[in-house]
Amino acid sequence: MTKLIDMSIATALDHLEKGTFSSRELTECYLAAIEHGGSLNAFVTATPEKALEMADAADAARKSGDAGPMCGIPLAIKDLFCTDGVKTTASSRILGEFEPAYESTVTANLWRDGAVLLGKTSLDEFAMGSSNENSYFGPVENPWRAADGASRVPGGSSGGSAAAVAANLAAGATGTDTGGSIRQPASFSGIVGMKPTYGRCSRWGTIAFASSLDQAGPLTKTVEDAAIMLGSMAGFDPMDSTSIDRPVPDYRAALTGDVKGLKIGIPKEYRLDNAPAEILNLWDQGAQWLADAGAELVDISLPHTSYALPTYYIVAPAEASSNLARYDGVRYGIREAGDDLIDMYENTRAAGFGAEVRRRILIGTYVLSAGYYDAYYLKAQKVRTLIAQDFDSAFQDVDLVLTPTAPSDAFVAGAKSNDPIEMYLNDVFTVPASLAGLPGISVPSALSDEGLPLGLQLIGRPFDEETVLRAGQVLESAAEFTHRPTEWWKENA
Amino acid sequence: MSVDTKTVARIAHLARLKVPEEALEPMAGELNQILDWVEQLEEVNTDNVAPMTSVVHADLPRREDKITAGDQRDDVLKNAPDAQHGFFAVPKVIE
Repeated sequence: MTKLIDMSIATALDHLEKGTFSSRELTECYLAAIEHGGSLNAFVTATPEKALEMADAADAARKSGDAGPMCGIPLAIKDLFCTDGVKTTASSRILGEFEPAYESTVTANLWRDGAVLLGKTSLDEFAMGSSNENSYFGPVENPWRAADGASRVPGGSSGGSAAAVAANLAAGATGTDTGGSIRQPASFSGIVGMKPTYGRCSRWGTIAFASSLDQAGPLTKTVEDAAIMLGSMAGFDPMDSTSIDRPVPDYRAALTGDVKGLKIGIPKEYRLDNAPAEILNLWDQGAQWLADAGAELVDISLPHTSYALPTYYIVAPAEASSNLARYDGVRYGIREAGDDLIDMYENTRAAGFGAEVRRRILIGTYVLSAGYYDAYYLKAQKVRTLIAQDFDSAFQDVDLVLTPTAPSDAFVAGAKSNDPIEMYLNDVFTVPASLAGLPGISVPSALSDEGLPLGLQLIGRPFDEETVLRAGQVLESAAEFTHRPTEWWKENA
Repeated sequence: MSVDTKTVARIAHLARLKVPEEALEPMAGELNQILDWVEQLEEVNTDNVAPMTSVVHADLPRREDKITAGDQRDDVLKNAPDAQHGFFAVPKVIE
């Protein structure tokens, strides 16, 4: 039998049902792996006692015939989801020892279905970043290293979750995606990452970054696992006014392996002049895999693609500057003394927020300020309409859009830290679908020349996660990505 | 459009974020770099284009105006850096 922690969620569920091992045994294996994986710095908080308690409850539920769809599966939770009684930080200093008195809807849904909490994973502070270098708790290391042994970033902002799944420190993990924060780290870390349609998963209890973009989703070892996990995470929630009241399909049942006749759009605007050849070659290869499986390739145009990133970097900071106004040193988190109330606010926020968060708050405040609102924010909202219309027209003719997930493989820590725009360009292929609210998946598809994972992205129609997952699994089968990182972190333990 | 140190100071105060005097100049540089880059949106013709205000086409749901989760004072206060007599405590605001 394969090692317990190497198993997919689907395989582990089969064994749990057969009684080959218990959730407690599986959870103990993951807790040991987390202990030996400390040098990855993937977790902000591990919760071993709670994990074993939840595992025992899952074993008891299974014994009495009450096993939910995730019963006994140990998960890592991005530290942006509020967890009742468990410290929640958003990887920021400003939240201090914040301990929520309530549970986010997405995690509550997972616990309802029997999943087990292993701990809370690191992220770029408030989910702002593409490398996990912006965490107050230090950078996360990618389990994958280049052929020469040099270390790499895991991507971000869900970098801790991606690293945890890639290193088998968790069976699966939650992430959130605002402009690519699930899909890009999945690509960098050689795993599957899915952002569902905006409105599919409740945002209630998830610490807000940009409310019109934020969506929760799973990071998993396989597409089938993503289907299982999304089925538990998704669903209508009256506590989130943008949550959509429609039934959650059986995503696993959608994985028929059949893409015959599906029309796959290949958008010409994603063929960037300066893109590395290995990215373009993999994209062509991915299209060929789908064509070989019976899909039809269609050349399409998404004319406003190049304006997506600048649009995003107006809309997202604007929303962030409003959302982060709540961190004032009064209701939760740290407080820095000041001469008066305003001075206390200003000192607290200067001490509590890191450099990138401060930069985005200032940009956001500027584009929303009197005299500049029309020129920046309103303009960006109009361009956002055009970007969404591009996809609407494309989906008249095609069922899915295939693109690379990221413009490169995982980069070296520090390589892009001094140039914010260079860092923002990482999200060039993921941001357009975020602005349009569409579902997207990244599937690990090949190794780069440096021996690092590369992902391909499929984007679907609103609420058509089923087709995205179905074609995603076909890509996964064709790619046969079975590579594993060398487990260097165990030697450092 | 470009921002100077005076504008940065004004914005920082609006955002209730202390930016020390010596950091204003570098911050103005960083913000201008980003603002110059986003200015490419001016190329896009947006005449008669409505701004996107909701991502998914759906009517906002309504609910009855009823308290559904009240009586949680202690939970609400438990994370406060300073709570006294059942209230959030802040530095003195009235002389």
